[in-house]
Amino acid sequence: MEAIILQFLNGLDKGSAYALIALGLTLIFGTLGVVNFAHGALFMIGAFCAVTFSRLLNLSHTVVDESRTDFLGNPLELQVPYMYDFFGVNTGAAIIDWAVPLSILFAIPVMIGIGVAMERGLIRHFYKRPHADQILVTFGLAIVLQEVIKYFYGANPIPTPAPQAFVGSFDFGLMLGFDAGSIVYPYWRLIYFMFAAVIIAAVFAFLQFTTFGMVVRAGMADRETVTLLGIDIDKRFTIMFGIAAAVAGLAGVMYTPINSPNYHMGMDFLVLSFVVVVVGGMGSLPGAVLAGFLLGIIEAFASMAEVLDVLPGINQIIIYLVAIIVLLTRPRGLMGRKGVMEE
Amino acid sequence: MTKSNFTRRGVMKTGAAAGAAGLATPTLFTGAVWADAHTGFTNAPQGDTVTLGFNVPQSGPYADEGADELRAFELAVQHLNGEGDGGMMQTFSSQVLDGTGIMGKKVQFVTGDTQTKSDAARASAQSMIQREGAIMISGGSSSGVAVAVQALCQEAGIIFMAGLTHANDTTGKDKKANGFRHFFNSYMSGAALAPILNNLYGSDRKAYHLTADYNWGYTTEEAITSSTEAMGWETVNAVKTPLTQTDFSSYIAPVLQSDADVLVLNHYGGNMVNSLTNAVQFGLRDRMVGDKKFEIVVPLYSELMARGAGANIAGIVGSQNWDWKLENELGDRYSGTNAFVKSFGEKYGFPPSQAAHTCYVQTLLYADAVTRAGSFNPCAVGEALEDYEFDGLGNGPTLYRGADHQCFKDVLVVRGKENPENEFDLVEIVEATPVDQVTYEPDHPQFAGGSLGTCNPGA
Repeated sequence: MEAIILQFLNGLDKGSAYALIALGLTLIFGTLGVVNFAHGALFMIGAFCAVTFSRLLNLSHTVVDESRTDFLGNPLELQVPYMYDFFGVNTGAAIIDWAVPLSILFAIPVMIGIGVAMERGLIRHFYKRPHADQILVTFGLAIVLQEVIKYFYGANPIPTPAPQAFVGSFDFGLMLGFDAGSIVYPYWRLIYFMFAAVIIAAVFAFLQFTTFGMVVRAGMADRETVTLLGIDIDKRFTIMFGIAAAVAGLAGVMYTPINSPNYHMGMDFLVLSFVVVVVGGMGSLPGAVLAGFLLGIIEAFASMAEVLDVLPGINQIIIYLVAIIVLLTRPRGLMGRKGVMEE
Repeated sequence: MTKSNFTRRGVMKTGAAAGAAGLATPTLFTGAVWADAHTGFTNAPQGDTVTLGFNVPQSGPYADEGADELRAFELAVQHLNGEGDGGMMQTFSSQVLDGTGIMGKKVQFVTGDTQTKSDAARASAQSMIQREGAIMISGGSSSGVAVAVQALCQEAGIIFMAGLTHANDTTGKDKKANGFRHFFNSYMSGAALAPILNNLYGSDRKAYHLTADYNWGYTTEEAITSSTEAMGWETVNAVKTPLTQTDFSSYIAPVLQSDADVLVLNHYGGNMVNSLTNAVQFGLRDRMVGDKKFEIVVPLYSELMARGAGANIAGIVGSQNWDWKLENELGDRYSGTNAFVKSFGEKYGFPPSQAAHTCYVQTLLYADAVTRAGSFNPCAVGEALEDYEFDGLGNGPTLYRGADHQCFKDVLVVRGKENPENEFDLVEIVEATPVDQVTYEPDHPQFAGGSLGTCNPGA
C-alpha cells in the first residue's frame, strides 16, 4: 500500500511538469494553430532563467586571503557576493538561498518577451504553412536555442538547489498510519505540484473569467468572425503565445531543484509532452492537464519493481502504449474536439 | 599532411598478411627491426610533421568532459614540441622524449566530435584517418564509443589510445591488438571499493542497485555485486534504468519499500547527477534502516559530474583513476601529478579532471613508445607498449599489460567532501588501493570472450 501511495505521489509531480508543458503547447496550438516543437526549449530557458538569476545574485568581488593558498600555491582568492556588501552576510545569504523562488519574478517578463519575440520574429511567418513546415522550423529553433544555452552555460548540469527551508522530505507514513519513513516525499516536489496546480488554475481562470480570455476563447472557436467584429485577434494571440512561454518557463524555473538543469532538458520533455497533448486531445486545455497527470501516474506505476518483474522494460514504453490504446479507442484523444487537425 | 591509401580491401589484405607474419615469427619484430620500417603502414608520416587525431565529445552531454580532454591533448602536444614547461615529461621515468616532437617530427593534431555516439565517433575517427592522415586516435568519454572506435582503428591499422572508458569490455571481450587503455575499469572499481566499504559500513549490508541500461552499467553492476557479495553483502535488487531517464524518483521510491540499507548507483554523467540528487531529495542520506545508517555508493566518480550534483555528493563514496591532489596528499609515489597540475592550471586557470589526465598520459605514452620503438609502425608501437613498466605519470608505478593492453596501477577510493572550499575541491581521497589488490588474471570471467588478435599495421 505504501508503495502505491508513493508512486501515486511520484506520478503527481511528474504529471505536473507534463501538464504545465502540455498546457502551453495546447494554448499555442489552440490559438495560433502552430505545432510548436520549440516549446521544450522554452521550459529549458525557464530553468536557465533560474540559473542566471542565481548567478546574478552571486555576483562577487575578489578578496585575497594571504593565509591560504589555491591549488597552484598562490594566495587564495575568495569570491565575496555583492549581496553580502549590500545587505549584510546573513540577509545576503538568505536572499541568495531563495534564488529559485525569487527568479520567478525574473522569469515571467523574460519568458513573455522571448515568447512574443519568437512569435513575431519567426513563427507568424509560418501560420499558413503546413504543419510539417511548422514542426521543422520550430524543431530547428529548439536546436539553436539549446546550442546557444550550451555555448554560454556549458553541457554539464548546474546545481540550483531549493531554499534550505525546503530541503528534506515530509513523512506521510506517520500521518497516514503507516510506519515512520515508509512514505517520505521531498518538500520541493510537493511544492512543485501545488505550484503547478496554482498556475493551471490561474490560466483557466484567466481564460474563463476575464474579457481578454473570453475574446481569446472566441477567437479559438471562430477566428474569422471575431476578426470581422473589429477585434485585433492576432495581437491577443501573440500575447497568448507569450503567456504560454511564461507557463513553460515557470515550469522550468521550479523544476531546477528537482533535477540540475542542463541544455538538453527541454528535449527530454518535448516528445512526452506531445504525446500528452495528443492523448488529451489536440487543442483541449482540460485534456492536456488530465492527460499530463494521467500519464505521469501511469509512468510512475510502470516503474515499480513488482511491475518490472512481470513486464521487464514496460516503463520505457508504457506512455506510448497508452497513447496507442487511447488513439485506437478515441481517435481525437480523451477530450479532443471534432475538426481539429482533421482537415 | 599525408594522403591515406587506406581501403577496406587493402586493410584486409595487409591485416591478413601481418597476422600470418605475426603468427609465424612472433618474436622477430624487435625495436631494431621496426626502426628501419618507416613505410608500409597506414598514414606513415612522410614530411617533418606527424598528425595525431583527438576524438572527443565536443557536443552532447559530455561536451564539458570532452573540452577538458582537448585541453590536455593540446598541452601534451605543446610539451612534445618543446613548448611550455614540459609538464610530466620532466617526471616520466622514460626520458627519451626531448621536446623535438616525436622522432624529430613536429606534432600537429586534428580533432573529431564523437557526440558520445558510436556511429558519429566512428565517422569522425574515420575522417581523421582517411582525410587528415592521423597516425593515432585518442580520446572519448564513453565505453560504447571506445569499443566502436577501437574496432575501427584495428581495421584501419591505427593505434587507439583510449580516453575515458571504464567498462570491462574495452580490454575484455572487445579488446583489440591496436587498442590500449590507461584508464581503470569496473573490476578495479569493485576490487578497490569492497574493502573500504567493508571498513566503513561493515559486512552485514543489503545493497540495492540502480544500473544504467547499457554495456558499462552491466559490467559495473557485475563488478560491484561480485566484490561486495564476496565480503558478505547481500544484493536485494538490481534494477535497470533507461539511459534517457532524467527523473529517477520512480526508481528511488521502491528502495524505500525494500529492506536495503545501501543504494549503489551504477550511473555516470547526467544519469549520476540526477539519480544521486533524487536519492538525496528522498532523504536516503539521512535514513536509518534498523540501527544502520543508509549509505549511497557511486562506483565511478567524475569531478565534472560531482560539480553538477553540488552538495548532494557530500559523504558519497566512489572510485577514481586519478585526482589532482594525489601527490600533495599521498606523497612522491604519485610524482608527476603536481607537474601536470601546474602546467594545466597555469594554462587554463583550474585543475585538470581525471579525463584530462588520462588523455595527456596516453599522448605521452604513445610518443614515448614510438620513440623507443624507433618507428611509427603501429605494430612496433604496440610492441613497445606491451608489458611496459613506467612511473612518474601521476599514478605511481604502472604496467601496460601485454595480455590485454590494460594499465595496472593504484586505484583511488574517494568521498564527496562535506564542506568543499571551492568548486574544484569536491572530493577527498579515502585511500589509494595498491595495484596488487586490483590486479586480475587476463582470463578472469568478467573479461571472458574475445581476444586481442594480431596487430594490424594497415596500409
